Amino acid sequence: MSSPNGGGFWMPPQASTVAAEVDSLFDFILYLNYFFFALITVLAIYFAMKYRRRRADQEAAGQLDHSMKLEWTWTVIPSLFLFVLFVWGFRLFLDMSTPPADALEVRVIAKKWDWRFEYANGAKTYGELIVPEKQAVKLVMASEDVLHSFFVPDFRVKQDVVPGRYTTLWFEALAPGTHQVFCTEYCGTKHSGMLATVTVLPPDEFKKRYDSGFEDPNAPKDPVAAGQQLFTQRGCMACHSVDGTKGVGPTLKGIWDAEEKMADGSSVKVDDNYIRESLMDPNAKLVAGFGPVMPSFKGQLDDQQVNDLIAFIKSLK
Amino acid sequence: MSASNSDTHAHAHGGNYFEAARGLKSWLITLDHKRIGVMYLFWVIAAFLFGGLLALGVRLELWAPGETIMSADTYNRFFTLHGLVMVFLFIIPGIPAALGNFVLPLQLGAKDVAFPRLNLLSFYIYVVGTCMALYSTIAGGVDTGWTFYTPYSATTGGSVVMMTLSAFILGFSSILTGLNFIVTVHKMRAPGMSWYRMPLLIWALYATSIIQVMATPVLGITLLLLAMERALGIGIFDPALGGDPVLFQHFFWFYSHPAVYIMILPGMGVVSELIATFSRKRIFGYRSIAFSSLAIAIISFLVWGHHMFVSGQSVYAGMIFSFLTFLVAIPSAIKVFNWTATLYQGSISMQTPMIWAFSFLILFTIGGLTGLFLGTLGTDVHLHDTYFVVAHFHYVMMGGTVMAFFGGVHYWWPKIFGRMYNEALAKISAVLVFVGFNVTFFTQFVLGTRGMPRRYYNYLPEFETLHKVSTMGVLIIGLGVTIMVLYLAKSLLSGEKAVANPWGAKTLEWTHAASPPVLHNFDETPVVEEPPYHYPAPGEESRPTKVPA
Ligand code: HEC
Ligand SMILES: [Cu+2]
Ligand SMILES: [Cu+2]
Repeated sequence: MSSPNGGGFWMPPQASTVAAEVDSLFDFILYLNYFFFALITVLAIYFAMKYRRRRADQEAAGQLDHSMKLEWTWTVIPSLFLFVLFVWGFRLFLDMSTPPADALEVRVIAKKWDWRFEYANGAKTYGELIVPEKQAVKLVMASEDVLHSFFVPDFRVKQDVVPGRYTTLWFEALAPGTHQVFCTEYCGTKHSGMLATVTVLPPDEFKKRYDSGFEDPNAPKDPVAAGQQLFTQRGCMACHSVDGTKGVGPTLKGIWDAEEKMADGSSVKVDDNYIRESLMDPNAKLVAGFGPVMPSFKGQLDDQQVNDLIAFIKSLK
Repeated sequence: MSASNSDTHAHAHGGNYFEAARGLKSWLITLDHKRIGVMYLFWVIAAFLFGGLLALGVRLELWAPGETIMSADTYNRFFTLHGLVMVFLFIIPGIPAALGNFVLPLQLGAKDVAFPRLNLLSFYIYVVGTCMALYSTIAGGVDTGWTFYTPYSATTGGSVVMMTLSAFILGFSSILTGLNFIVTVHKMRAPGMSWYRMPLLIWALYATSIIQVMATPVLGITLLLLAMERALGIGIFDPALGGDPVLFQHFFWFYSHPAVYIMILPGMGVVSELIATFSRKRIFGYRSIAFSSLAIAIISFLVWGHHMFVSGQSVYAGMIFSFLTFLVAIPSAIKVFNWTATLYQGSISMQTPMIWAFSFLILFTIGGLTGLFLGTLGTDVHLHDTYFVVAHFHYVMMGGTVMAFFGGVHYWWPKIFGRMYNEALAKISAVLVFVGFNVTFFTQFVLGTRGMPRRYYNYLPEFETLHKVSTMGVLIIGLGVTIMVLYLAKSLLSGEKAVANPWGAKTLEWTHAASPPVLHNFDETPVVEEPPYHYPAPGEESRPTKVPA
């Protein structure tokens, strides 16, 4: 990932407006940590050496067992620090939770195991969130199945995506570049494969791409290649291999024209219509040995794209 | 009951509690808190070793990105089971039910717990719960994570219902032990054993018991609701059925945060004993340690929402939970300062239990301090659900509770089994575990701040080096634990006989009971005449102990 600035041994690069502030707070706590850790360990080890038992019957040199002054000191001083942390942390959190009014809104739909982004003009992208630099972006997120969580380390933002309700998150990217997105709420087999990227573009370039509906200028024209690209972008890869290994779903290698055994005992010949049905209504016919977990792609793939996918699957000999 | 007849009979002969009755049956139907404690001890150590092997599997898989030794689904079952076994089968019963059962009545100067039959029952409930947990791992397995978050847990395959029922059953064992301890502390103290003369382990176990009795039912209800949702399709947590998944998180953490203190408070109690004994000091700030246990027990019920800062709960809920979380940090900090101050001017002996106590002090300090990053709202957002959290709670749970547990095992071993262990090997093992632990988990703090999410089967290449280091740490821990198992086994078979009070400790189990104790603990009921840990001040005479060496 590109690294605009900041970061260090602990934290990744700082790529959003809140990152520097989060890191200042982080550093403050880090120094508190260093100080109190050193205090306790140095004292404990020093006492252990200085007062070590030299004779088996040696009693303690003193029996100091209370001191109001000391106890008040070590109650009050840490409490004050904790109060500072609380206030600082909460104010920052408020900022992080309150998107500016002029934020660009993007809808995020999470499902096992990919991310879809929908823009106000109807454009959609898959696995890649494209945003302009120096412009607040507000994500309105929903899940189609289980909990997921949207995490961009370089931006220091994270928010769970919850089925049955909308959650929001906002950020403002500082400079053009690309940044990793992780799913950070456990969601099953391919949880660790539920990745995406944020691409930050200069404003004019963003506008051009946005107006063209994020058509990929380098999109392959050849149907097999286009199908292959769809296959990765739309998360088919998460469940289907193309090399014969069994995953969450059956491998698609060599299925074209073959007889498939269904869960209900019938068998089906794999042709255009069957693949189309598999995409639009996946549970209509279940392949033997697999559960009803494939999501429907109805309304998400147009005819052209279905044709490309079929061409690609055909090519998997 | 026939058992009590043979009891009196054995007592007349003055044998220890092992000799009081013989044969498998005498163990299976025993009402003796010491024997029940010993049976628990073997179960929880077995659970620890099993959970440790699962952790080893997880770490080996993470040696390199992609598939290393197991598939993604197997990996998910491994980390789920690792969490469940360590939490429910090892840490929660570890100190209270195993060591506590043995030590609590002895430290109080009592013959047994208040309800010996209930005590045996809670052991058997624990055994049944364990068997159900094992069965569900064979029959389909569980891949939900130990947190059972909905709707994933309501929809995934495997034997989730069986596993939740197992945790439900284990909960009863925990409740009954807690209840038993509360009544025992109130009713069974020896003459002269006022509240402020109780050892700090008792205070800690007492506070723990309150949480066990009050919080565990909530877990039971939650898991039952989850099982009903899965089995009967009643919509409670699954939005597809009209439920609310975040509600589950509230329920779950309403138990599981207090449960964190069920896990750590007893460890704090043990460490108080170890530090006093091995520095021959009256503990510094006895009352503040005792009351901080109670304070923790109470406040711990009010902080559950700090697990949910980014779950979609309201910003102001986040604010309140953050504030209360800092509040609960204060009593823990006070304890750490008190332990350190106890060392001042002591007569400090670095015998094995004290090495564990020092490990505890250092690691728990790191665990507590790193909690500040997570209680602070602005930084938790970045760190939540990353390896930073994994490292943090391992520093508290393993660096804290497990170190205290092993410290306690080594401390009371001579009392429980009447034998000593090889001190040199024991020290080596303690140091290996300490070093291995830091190699394993310190790296995970760095992984976490750099963005590595938890529960990931696969990871980006930039994280590989740190993952490799972390895995190597586990091998060092494994070596340390293996050595420990070996010298402890040897001690059981042929260890040197222990005297009544090998450490020069001041609590009743050492000063008034033989090693191992007789069936009814004391030949005559002890009378307590001084505060605990009353080591002589310079120039003072030490009070003679009641048991000849
Ligand atoms: C969440 C996992 C998952 C995802 C994502 C997924 N599938 Fe599937 N798919 C399955 C499973 C499981 C089956 C077998 C059960 C069934 O027939 O529904 C299946 C069946 C199929 C079949 C029929 C295979 C046969 O052997 O008869 C085709 C074709 C197919 N999927 C194509 C796709 C394409 C193309 C995509 C991406 C646009 C995709 N799937 C995304 C899980 C998935
Ligand atoms: Cu996920
Ligand atoms: Cu908590």
